[in-house]
Amino acid sequence: MSEAVTEAAAEAALASRAPGTDPASVPGASGARQFWRRLRAQRAALVAAVVVALLLLVALAAPLLTAIEGQDPTTYHPSLIDSARGGVPVGPLGGIDGDHWLGVEPQTGRDLFARLVHGARVSLGVALAATVIQVALGVTLGIAAALGTRWVDQLLSRITDIFVALPLMIMSLALLAIVPANFPRPVLVTLVIGLLSWGNIAKVVRAQTLTLKGLDYVSAARLSGWGTRRIARRELLPGLAAPVITYAALLVPQNITVEAALSFLGVGVKPPTPSWGQMLTAADVWYQAAPQYLLLPAGALFVTVLALTVLGDGVRTALDPRAASRLRVGTGRRREHRADTAAEKETSS
Amino acid sequence: MSGFGGLPGFVLRRGIGTVLTLFAISVIVYVVFYVTPGDVAQITCGPRCSPAQVHQVAEQLRLDEPLHVRYWHFIEGLVVGQDYSTGTSVEHCRAPCLGLSYQSDQQVTGLILAKLPVSLSLVFGAMVLWLILGIGTGVLSAWRRGRLTERLLTALTLAGTATPVFVIGLILMIVVCGELQLLPFPQYVNLTDDPEQWAWNLLLPWLSLALIEAASFARLTRSSMLETLAEDHIRTFRAYGVGERSIIGRHALRGAFAPVIALNANNFGSAVGGAVLTETLFGLPGIGQELVHAVNVVDLPVVVGMVLVIGFFVVLANAVADVLYAVADRRVVLS
Repeated sequence: MSEAVTEAAAEAALASRAPGTDPASVPGASGARQFWRRLRAQRAALVAAVVVALLLLVALAAPLLTAIEGQDPTTYHPSLIDSARGGVPVGPLGGIDGDHWLGVEPQTGRDLFARLVHGARVSLGVALAATVIQVALGVTLGIAAALGTRWVDQLLSRITDIFVALPLMIMSLALLAIVPANFPRPVLVTLVIGLLSWGNIAKVVRAQTLTLKGLDYVSAARLSGWGTRRIARRELLPGLAAPVITYAALLVPQNITVEAALSFLGVGVKPPTPSWGQMLTAADVWYQAAPQYLLLPAGALFVTVLALTVLGDGVRTALDPRAASRLRVGTGRRREHRADTAAEKETSS
Repeated sequence: MSGFGGLPGFVLRRGIGTVLTLFAISVIVYVVFYVTPGDVAQITCGPRCSPAQVHQVAEQLRLDEPLHVRYWHFIEGLVVGQDYSTGTSVEHCRAPCLGLSYQSDQQVTGLILAKLPVSLSLVFGAMVLWLILGIGTGVLSAWRRGRLTERLLTALTLAGTATPVFVIGLILMIVVCGELQLLPFPQYVNLTDDPEQWAWNLLLPWLSLALIEAASFARLTRSSMLETLAEDHIRTFRAYGVGERSIIGRHALRGAFAPVIALNANNFGSAVGGAVLTETLFGLPGIGQELVHAVNVVDLPVVVGMVLVIGFFVVLANAVADVLYAVADRRVVLS
């Protein structure tokens, strides 16, 4: 779950230790264009980006899609369930027909397609919102630690260490136990994930800020009498963009997995709100009668996390090609190189 | 830090840091859970408690006293034990006392100790598997870099990182136990009762947990080996005519060793999370399953105890790994 992220943190820390930051990791106006070019040069990342875009579209258009189907995710259809056989869907293929494109849920008869696309909304919504919280907290506390007095740095760094050490799943599980049941669960899951796991990003930001602080252009800003806050916003934030974006891209799939896991355990998003993890809770009982009840949410989770991970790797490569090329022997480098030289010609002519 | 340099000083500083972290975690956990909205005594006692029982729980939790006093009593119980009056008799809770579960009428420490062997069997058995699988895959793909083998392994590890542990567990269980009927559905057997049955029944849980964790080890082993392979001293070895097998197996692997140890400990927390899912999925009666149960019925003393015990193991694992890392790579001590 968090291993890819820890690995990236180690790499980011390594990269930021090198004096004289790589110009490629401080994107200015031309940096953004360079980034897109390098991202496009990676075929896998491009495919992943398209998949992610489609998933986002499905999530956004979920109410529209289910309206076209003529169903909704919460209505029970007792007539489509064979209660004599323990609640398996009536009809072949788990109840697939023109009205229910992917069949119905065992025992309740709720429409599976509607639950799946609304589940995408929950999964992606929770994961993205939690990432926003993690990034906001991590960046703020990381910068504050790097720019603050020795005492502030010590305090914030110790707090960060504690949050890094906390086992996320266990703490989330426990916290979800004590919040009153009437609190909206998706919001609650978002808050718990977001507030618990910002530690690694704060560490990366602190390390990078310390490096940037020693660079000439930041000293120049300080000498010309700029205040700390203005320096942080105008001079440091742009330099932090690359590691933060890289890191955030890896947090999204992690958050999706955590939400799914919590909902699978029955403490995350609760019915009637659909969630992929929650759909899998009872799936093993029904796999023979309605295999799609297991395969669809499992497949949706797999594809989403895979696409987001590949896209995250692609973003990392595009933002820090040197670090990435050390690790990638002979894959995609030639295409990137070609793209780079083509762009150089473009700019020089 | 004069006089405390070098490895012993590093171990000492790391040890103090670990104790402080554990202390901070215990304060946070205690405060968060016992300052919940709502009537703590009622929640702790459970929904079926009579007002008299709730009153008794409130007394035992010393709810009329300020928070820091209550926390102190809690720590005191952990260190020297505590007596609980149940109205008619006095029950002694031996150190380390994590309090009483009023809902199951048991001492939390005993409850955890009874479930611990299952979880330890699961996590440590899986750890052996994921280290072998992960490092093996990483070494193989670094050795076969640029070839079809590497591409296949890279795709496999990527798929591994993208699959949640409960999905792979579900599929393994359905295919192996349900469709192929190669194994019966897992039912935990004590190691001391029947070691062979113990291993057979844990095979699928081990595999589910290990396959997911192995993926990240494979990625890390491969990348740190490739990094070492690009270094000058490897080129020198090659120039001296050292064989590829020896370079991969001895020199490059040594470079990958330290990061892998560090990852293993950092991953311990996520592996414990994975163990909770695995236990729930396969119905293994470990502390993970107990925690999920306690969360569902809001049994506060059990939840607090479990979080502290698991947090203790995770923080300890991190500290041990830091020290091992320092032993493997002495440069760490200097920074």
